[in-house]
Amino acid sequence: MIKRLLILVAIALFGLMLLPLLTDLGPFKQLTPLATRYAEGGTGELGAANLVTAVVVTYRGLDTLGEVTVLFAATAGVGFLLRKSSRQKDEERGAADSEEAGSAGGQAGRSPFSEILSTGSVALFPLILMFGAYIFIHGHLTPGGGFQGGVVIASGFALLLAANSARRLSHGVLQLVESLSGAVYVALGVLGLVLAAGFLDTTFLPLGKLGQLFSAGAIPIIYSFVGLKVGSELTNILESLRK
Amino acid sequence: MAIVTILGFLLLGIGLWGMLTRKNIIKIIIGFSIMDTGVHLIIVSVGYLWGRTAPIIDAAVPQAQAAQRVVDPIPSALVLTAIVIGLAVTALMLSYAVQMHRSRGSLNIDDFRLPVRKRGEA
Repeated sequence: MIKRLLILVAIALFGLMLLPLLTDLGPFKQLTPLATRYAEGGTGELGAANLVTAVVVTYRGLDTLGEVTVLFAATAGVGFLLRKSSRQKDEERGAADSEEAGSAGGQAGRSPFSEILSTGSVALFPLILMFGAYIFIHGHLTPGGGFQGGVVIASGFALLLAANSARRLSHGVLQLVESLSGAVYVALGVLGLVLAAGFLDTTFLPLGKLGQLFSAGAIPIIYSFVGLKVGSELTNILESLRK
Repeated sequence: MAIVTILGFLLLGIGLWGMLTRKNIIKIIIGFSIMDTGVHLIIVSVGYLWGRTAPIIDAAVPQAQAAQRVVDPIPSALVLTAIVIGLAVTALMLSYAVQMHRSRGSLNIDDFRLPVRKRGEA
């Protein structure tokens, strides 16, 4: 009872702390100076039709690099926590051997998967991959971008794993894609430092015509690699969490 | 803005309540996710301006009037970051939960309490 009361008090105090946020934040009538600067510069300086992408990839590019780093750290942490000790591996192998030897109806331990799911996943998987790639390639034009496209790609792999839990995805390939795209991301940032105004400046490639696929300097290239990186990282997490 | 902001604060409170009262680690993680969503709603609602459109330049929003027609792109970018980080942190917490379940065979936080006497001796 006392505990419940204390929790209520804690939540009430938390609400009190946040109350000024609710009351003092009057409805805004116009953009803040910084947002105005980004809204005007995003198209003029960077040639990106999607202003959010301009902010994420160029103006706040360093934050995005940090975000990708946090994602990488989390993936590494998940992989580390869910790794199998050699003893567990031995036990599993032993169990599999005895099952093979002992049971004639091999599928006893594992529930069979529905025909619709396994057939549908094969048909849908390439389409989902293509949709994810479309989202991150057009990140500078339409709503979407590397993170969203990467998540869509990972959802395709999730479907594949849901349809057939015996399927193994190669951690090696995923890690290769992930680290290569991370390295290319940083290399493009350094290229901006050398050829343009600063680290992660995307204007070292021609800006092109606003609203076309090949425009906005290096933004689509960087976002594509972010997409590949996020997709492979999340797939890696899924593969680790599967057991 | 008001409704979304209030809903965001409500979710924040619900999530905090869940995190403080539940004993099951999975439920605590769900509470965290609810709180996370509340924060996202609040940030997005702060950047919203009545009667304006998404910060994407196309036929509906001429380039020259961008600053008068679109909502604030910065909170959207921040939330984009926050969602991905929230997902990564949730995955990390869930794998901790798996590991804890492996070590004690339980997800109840009461089972992970150190015996009081032992702590006094040490």
